This record gives sequence, structure tokens and C-alpha cells, in this order.
Amino acid sequence: MTEPSTQTTFLFGRLGWQSLPLHEPIVVVTFGVVALGGIALLGALTYFRLWGYLWREWFTSVDHKKIGIMYMVLGIVMLLRGFADAIMMRLQQAWAFNGSEGYLNAHHYDQIFTAHGVIMIFFVAMPLVTGLMNYVVPLQIGARDVSFPFLNNFSFWMTVGGAVLVMASLFIGEFAKTGWLAYPPLSNIGYSPDVGVDYYIWALQVAGVGTTLSGINLICTIIKMRAPGMTMMKMPVFTWTSLCTNVLIVATFPVLTAVLVLLGLDRYVGTNFFTNDFGGSPMMYVNLIWIWGHPEVYILILPLFGVYSEVTSTFSGKRLFGYTSMVYATVVITILSYLVWLHHFFTMGSGASVNSFFGITTMIISIPTGAKIFNWLFTMYRGRIRFELPMMWTVAFMLTFVIGGMTGVLLAVPPADFVLHNSLFLVAHFHNVIIGGVVFGVFAAIYYWWPKAFGFRLDPFWGKVSFWCWVVGFWVAFMPLYVLGLMGVTRRMRVFDDPSLHVWFIVAGFGAALIAAGIGAFLIQIGVSILKRKQLADNTGDPWDGRTLEWSTSSPPPDYNFAFTPVIHDNDAWSDMKRRGYTRPLAGFRPIHMPRNTGTGVILAALSVACGFALIWYIWWLAAISFVGIVATAIWHTFNYHRDFHIPAEDVVRAEEARTRLLAAQGRA
Amino acid sequence: MSGHADTGHGAHGDHGTHDDHGASFKGYMTGFILSVILTAIPFWLVMTGVLENKNATAIAIVVFAAVQIVVHMVYFLHMNGKAEGGWTFTAMIFTIIIVVIVLSGSLWVMYHLHANMMPVPHDMNRMP
Amino acid sequence: MAMKLENTAGAAPVFYEIEEHAHPEGSSTMLGFWIYLMSDCLIFAILFAVYGVLGANYAAGPAPKDLFDLNLVALNTAMLLFSSITYGFAMLAMEKGRTGAVQGWLFVTGLFGLAFLGIELYEFAHMIHEGATPQRSAFLSSFFTLVGTHGLHVTFGLVWLVTLMVQVARRGLIPANRRRLMCLSMFWHFLDVIWIGVFTFVYLMGMLR
Repeated sequence: MTEPSTQTTFLFGRLGWQSLPLHEPIVVVTFGVVALGGIALLGALTYFRLWGYLWREWFTSVDHKKIGIMYMVLGIVMLLRGFADAIMMRLQQAWAFNGSEGYLNAHHYDQIFTAHGVIMIFFVAMPLVTGLMNYVVPLQIGARDVSFPFLNNFSFWMTVGGAVLVMASLFIGEFAKTGWLAYPPLSNIGYSPDVGVDYYIWALQVAGVGTTLSGINLICTIIKMRAPGMTMMKMPVFTWTSLCTNVLIVATFPVLTAVLVLLGLDRYVGTNFFTNDFGGSPMMYVNLIWIWGHPEVYILILPLFGVYSEVTSTFSGKRLFGYTSMVYATVVITILSYLVWLHHFFTMGSGASVNSFFGITTMIISIPTGAKIFNWLFTMYRGRIRFELPMMWTVAFMLTFVIGGMTGVLLAVPPADFVLHNSLFLVAHFHNVIIGGVVFGVFAAIYYWWPKAFGFRLDPFWGKVSFWCWVVGFWVAFMPLYVLGLMGVTRRMRVFDDPSLHVWFIVAGFGAALIAAGIGAFLIQIGVSILKRKQLADNTGDPWDGRTLEWSTSSPPPDYNFAFTPVIHDNDAWSDMKRRGYTRPLAGFRPIHMPRNTGTGVILAALSVACGFALIWYIWWLAAISFVGIVATAIWHTFNYHRDFHIPAEDVVRAEEARTRLLAAQGRA
Repeated sequence: MSGHADTGHGAHGDHGTHDDHGASFKGYMTGFILSVILTAIPFWLVMTGVLENKNATAIAIVVFAAVQIVVHMVYFLHMNGKAEGGWTFTAMIFTIIIVVIVLSGSLWVMYHLHANMMPVPHDMNRMP
Repeated sequence: MAMKLENTAGAAPVFYEIEEHAHPEGSSTMLGFWIYLMSDCLIFAILFAVYGVLGANYAAGPAPKDLFDLNLVALNTAMLLFSSITYGFAMLAMEKGRTGAVQGWLFVTGLFGLAFLGIELYEFAHMIHEGATPQRSAFLSSFFTLVGTHGLHVTFGLVWLVTLMVQVARRGLIPANRRRLMCLSMFWHFLDVIWIGVFTFVYLMGMLR
């Protein structure tokens, strides 16, 4: 345990020179690399005079497409940080045998596994999923933007704010050493007096505001902004899963907000919610955090189920099998996800009656997911399947996720869980479903929608390299963990005594290296594709013979998405239009009403980061000023009533005529 | 369900420009009077202890609270099944379901956990 | 605004609308704010759950009977209820376009809200003075957090009320301000609904234990 810094000054709170981790060589080197890279990046941006462009076109944009892309960038950047943590853990665990302590001390190692979990869930998976929904949903429903474009921008920057706080903890102070859910009493002030848990709390609170508002935004968008004729049961399946995901977000993130406030009160004010004495109950924290935590994992997976539905039907050239049952399965999963949370703490001692109830509900919730798998298979059956990369990722998902799901059903049996809880079996299970389900789905989605967003396809060769490295790498990295878990090995261990376990960790290490290669290939794929973008260009807007409305626009779509709001007649609206002789309107364009860009979101998020940082370090004057600043800025923003403008008809004409020329050059009018 | 859930509102766009679904002086006064009664009775029941049985009193005041919440929803919040294409009503029902699950689930789970797992300290300050 | 989905005589169906009735400005606001209120409801549900689980843990310290003054709570409840009805009158005036009356009723609502907060702060100060601090026991931690969070919401509502009064004074009852008044109306009544839960489950039940 570190010595808590007892020095507090008025000006700097408990921040001092000792807060810099100069005694940790790995962190110092990391800082050096990041600082150099950062300076190079900032220098390049300045040299090429890109700040104005970035501010005007991206940072202050309220366009759902730009915001969606920025979310994806955030997720991918944070993936590199979260994966670096993973590699460090694999290396440590493969090393620390036969008397060796490895290269990481406990103080460092505990922060790494905590940061790995927090970053991967909150700053990789959530942004990637939110980015996809943000980009695609308005296009799929024939809308021009989301219901609340400014809130959308604000939500993005709050998520970035949370990420900034987590990254700051690497170089100033330390992060939590409690695991990604920060259970008390360990996370309470007595056992974690230093800044780590406070970084955790404020990073998640800042990001959580963004996520909750984004949830409200997308629900309203889907309910209120659908094109005429698009009834609920004519919406694309990805939109349905997005709706259910955002309902889950709004109905569950408030729980996290409240619980973290209570933990924060215990730490800052000395209340007794989760203490061991004065009437507190640490078990209540575990109960509440998992009431949030279980729906959270469905938030992560449901959008990807939607992606798999779109990809399967598009690349099988067939309407999705069982649309209605897919919708019902999604809604049932949404509701049932609130009835299973106790399976995360069967072993905490609630007894047989409670455990049996939740064990049964957990087994039941696997059924609708099973129904979805069958629907995808039946969609593929007798289809004309094109094994482009999205389809490859989907097949890999089916094989991988099903295994992970089955181990989940095994864990759902309380007596089995008593043996396997908090073992490496559990770790293998959740990585199995998250990587097999979420990560594979994100790669499928990126490959699928990239041409729409950027006007050129991704390079297939490097995509396939990435694919095989990821899929083989995942299995090599995590199958040993199932074995180790069944042999009784506990999670989060830093050093091992039993030499017979060593070989499994070495194998897992190789798997991690393969995944690293997969990530490297993915980055190369992006670079190569940008260089070869003319060859890979998509000039039609519909490179895959798509079925839903987003494929009716140009690639990339114009700012206004649709010159005229589409009218819908059937499911798979774009397929319907193509089949029935739709011709693009070439004249009669009108001015289009659009929301204006704004810098308020960036400012509010920056102030929130300052406030969070100040609260973490007990710099009360800064906390007070930045909090007042947040309120004042928000109020001042409401005095601005002129938040919209019209795109002149001539601009629309010009954009549409440019597309007409492009399509004509392709040989298609 | 039409793609434009608010087709009925069309050019209006918000509720403020025409007669709101229940916003009338009579509506507000009815809600107010009912609320006063539904508040006064529980307070009276507890402060005078008129019902000897504490359990009965507890049940009574919870029932009064539930009724008053409905009164507020109807007369002050103008809750009805048609606003926003029925979506506000759906959202409320869904929220109520989640709240019931969270409250009853937590009480049930924590009761069992505390019964099985809580140690009994000897220092009175450390008692739960 | 009408759009035909099919032309006559078997011609190709219409796939886009030229006469647009774009989603009117602010058409999502009411639903969006309602959904936000539902999420706020969940936060309070968690605080109620915590109070339900930990509310009997007095840690040999003061219990509800030692602390709660039901007369004061009744007065408080009356203040909030009155503020609800006066906000209702503000909304009725808004529908009639009577800006002066709106401002008047908003002002009265604000006074009642301030009275509510004042009484609550007095109650808190008194309890703390008696040693019943939030740190004393889990019961008191839950009490102060649940009731305090409600009070914080009321405070925020009052800040919003003042802001809106300024905005109505400057721009009158334009559609954007009407939407905002409607949202604050929902917020304000929602807080009264939460208070029903508070006075029932915290204060009245507390005296019954």
C-alpha cells in the first residue's frame, strides 16, 4: 500500500511532487513515449494549420455522423491502452513462476487489471457501440439527425472527459487497485485512502452523464424521427436493437450514478453506506452495482446482435428470417436482463432460495439469444452467401459466442458457480462473450459501414490478416484460461507457486501476442486503405447491395443525409425501393433546416474534467469554481435561442448534382 | 403505428399552443383538494395513533401514498395513454416495473444476505 | 402536409416527400424530458432502496422517533403542495398567453419552494446540532442522502425557475419558452411525487417503527 499523501495545501490540495510516479520506471518510459508522440501529433496539427478545421468541422459539430466517427476514434485509441494493460498482465502471469516475482509489483499490477477492465468496458466498448448507433440509426430511419444534436455533441465530450481522467491517473497519482467494480470495503477510504478510487469515481460519473443523455437522445430519435411509413415493425433490426439498448442505458445508468455517489459520500464525507461498522453494508454495494452491471453487458451486446442481423441478411442476399421473433427476442432480453443480477455474487451468501431463483432466470435468458442464432442460421440457409469480411466475422462470432454463452449457462448453476466464481474460468467466459460477441461484431460493423462513412472500402487483405490473428489469437489466449479455471486457479493473481500451471500461461501469452498482431494488422489495414482510397473507392453509395436506407445515400452522405425525406413501404426499405424502380429525384430541391455547430459541449466537458480533477485531489477552490462554471455555462447556453440555420437550396442542388455525375460515371443513373 | 407519432399535432409541435389534455382550473383544484385530503389523513393516522395496530397504519399510509401519486400523475402531470403516441405511458409503466424489481429484489436479497452473513459485533457503536 | 403513399392507377409508389413538414422544432422535447424524469426516478429508487435496507441501522444512535418533528414535516409538505398548485396556475396563465400572470405565479411558486428548503435546512441543522449527523449511522447517512438529494433537486428547480422568469421577461411566451415552462412543470410535479414517497416511507413510517 502506498503512503497516503497527508500533505494538503490550499492551492494544490493533496497534489504534490510525490504524486508523479517517478519511482515506477515503466510508467516513466510510457510517459516519455506518450509525451513525444503527443508533441509530434500536436506539432503536426499546428504545422498543417488543422486546428481551425478540427474545431469547426469536428469538435463543435452536432452532426451525428461526425460525432459517430469521433466516438469510434476514441474507442480505438482507448483499445490500444486497454490492450497494453492486457499484454502486461499476460506477460507478468507467464513470467512469475518458480520463485520469480515477475516484473510488476502488486501496487502496479493491481492498477493494471483494474484499468484494463474499466477502460475496456467504459472507454472502448461503450464508445464503439455508441458510435455505431449514432452514425447508423438516423440514416436507417430516414432522419437528418438525432432528436437533440447539441446534447449528442455534449455526450461525446463527456465520454472523452472520463477517458481523460483515466489517462491522467497514469501519470499524475495512481489509479484504483480494486478491480473494475471497486467493491468496498477495499474501495472505501480506510483501505484506499489515495486518489485511485477517486479517479475511478469521477471518471465514471463524468462519462456516465454523457452515456445517459445519449440514451435519452437515441430513444427519442427512434420514436419521433422515423420517416413516414416506417412503423415500428418496419424498422431495421439494428434500429430495434439500438432502441432496446438505449432503453437499457436510460434504465440502468442512473443506478451506477447513485451507487458511485454513495461510495463518494463514504469517501469524502464519512457516511456509512458501505462501511463495516455504524450500520453500513458493503454487500449492498455489490447488490446495487450488479443491478447496473448486468444490464450493462446487454447494452454492450444488443447493438452487435443488430449488426449481425444486418450483415447476415445483406451478405446472404435474403430478408432476415423471423423478423418478428427477432424483435420479440430483443425486447424479452431487455426485460429479463433485470432479473438475473445476483448470479454475479451467488457466493456472497444469500442462500438457496435466492440463488435458485436467479439461477433459473439466468438460464432462461439464454433462450431468446438462442432463438436469434437460429434465425441467423435460417437466414443463411439457401441464401447466396458472400463471404466478405463482415460475414466472416459473423461466422466467427457464431462459433465463438455460442461457446461463451454455454459456459455462462454452466456458471448459472449455483453449485457450479461456487467452484468457479472468481476463477480464470469466469475470466475466460466473459472474455469469450465480449470478444466473440462485441469485438468481432465491431470489426464486422466497421468493415461494413466504413465505405458509407468515408467513400472507400477497407483493404480486404489486411482485414483478413487481422481477422485470422484475432480469431486464432482469441482461442489460443483464452482456452487455457478455461482449463486453469477448472483446475482452481483464481483470477487477478500476480505470482504463482504451482509449476504445473506454467505452460498454460505461456500458451495464453502467445494468444495475446497473436491478438496484438491482429490489432496491428487492423491499424495497417486502415493506413493502407487510406493510401489506396482511390482504388477502393465506393462511388455508388451501395457497395454491398444493401437492404436498408443508409445505402440509398451517397458515400459519404451529405450533411443533410436525405435531400427529400424518404417514404417507407416495407421492411428492408432500400431493397424495396430498388426492386420497385425507385429513381433518384433530380430537381425540386428545397433549403434544408439544420442545427448549428456549438463549442458549448467542449467547454462544459472541459469544466467537468477540471471539477473532477479538483475533487480527486481535494483542490476545493478549483472544484467550486469549475462547478459554478459548469452551471453558469449551461445557463448561458440556454440564452442562445438561435441554434439553427438553413442549407440553401443551391448547396443541395450542387451536392445532388455531384452525386448524379458520380453515379453516371459508374454507369448507373 | 405511424412513422410520425405526433401526426395529430402536426404543425403545432408542442402542447403549449392549444388546450392541454387536462390542464384546467378545475383539474388542478380537484387534484389539489384530493392531495390535501390524501396527505392529511396519513399524517393524522400516525400522529394520533388512532389505529392501534402499527401494521394496519403502515399499510394504510402506503395505500394513501399510492393513490396520491396517481392523483398527481393524472391531475398535475396530465398522464394519459395518448400523449406522445402512448410512449410516455409506456415509459412510465416500464420505469415502475424496473423500480419494483429493484426495490423488492434488493430488499429480498439483502434480507437474506444479512440473515446469513452479518456478524454481531460487541461494541454497540458497531451494531447495525 | 398530406402525403400519398401510392399514386393512382398502379403507377410506381412514392418514395419521398417533396412537401416536407419537417419534424417541428422541439417536437422531441417533451418526450425527451419525460424520459429523463424516468431516469431520475430510478436514482431516487436506488436511494429509497438503500434507505429501505439500511434505514433501521441506528448503530445505537438516534432513531426517527428521537428526531422527526411531524408538525414541521406537515408544514413542509404543505409548502411543496402549494407550490405545485401555484405552478399549475402559472401554466394555466401561460395557455392564455398572460405573461404577467405567469411571472406572478412563478414568483409565488419560488417563494413556496424557498420556504420548503428553508424549513428543511432548519430541520437538518437542528438534527446535526443534536449529534444526528450523516456520519453517525447508516440510517442517518441514508436519511440525509435521500432527503438531501430531493432538496438539491428542488434547489436546482428554483435556479431554473429564476432563469426562466428572466427568459420569459426578455422574450415573452415564445414556443421555446413554453416548452421550457412545460418541462419545469413536469420536473416540479415530479419532485412533489417523490416527496409523497419521502414523507410516507421516511417520516411517517419512521415514527411507526
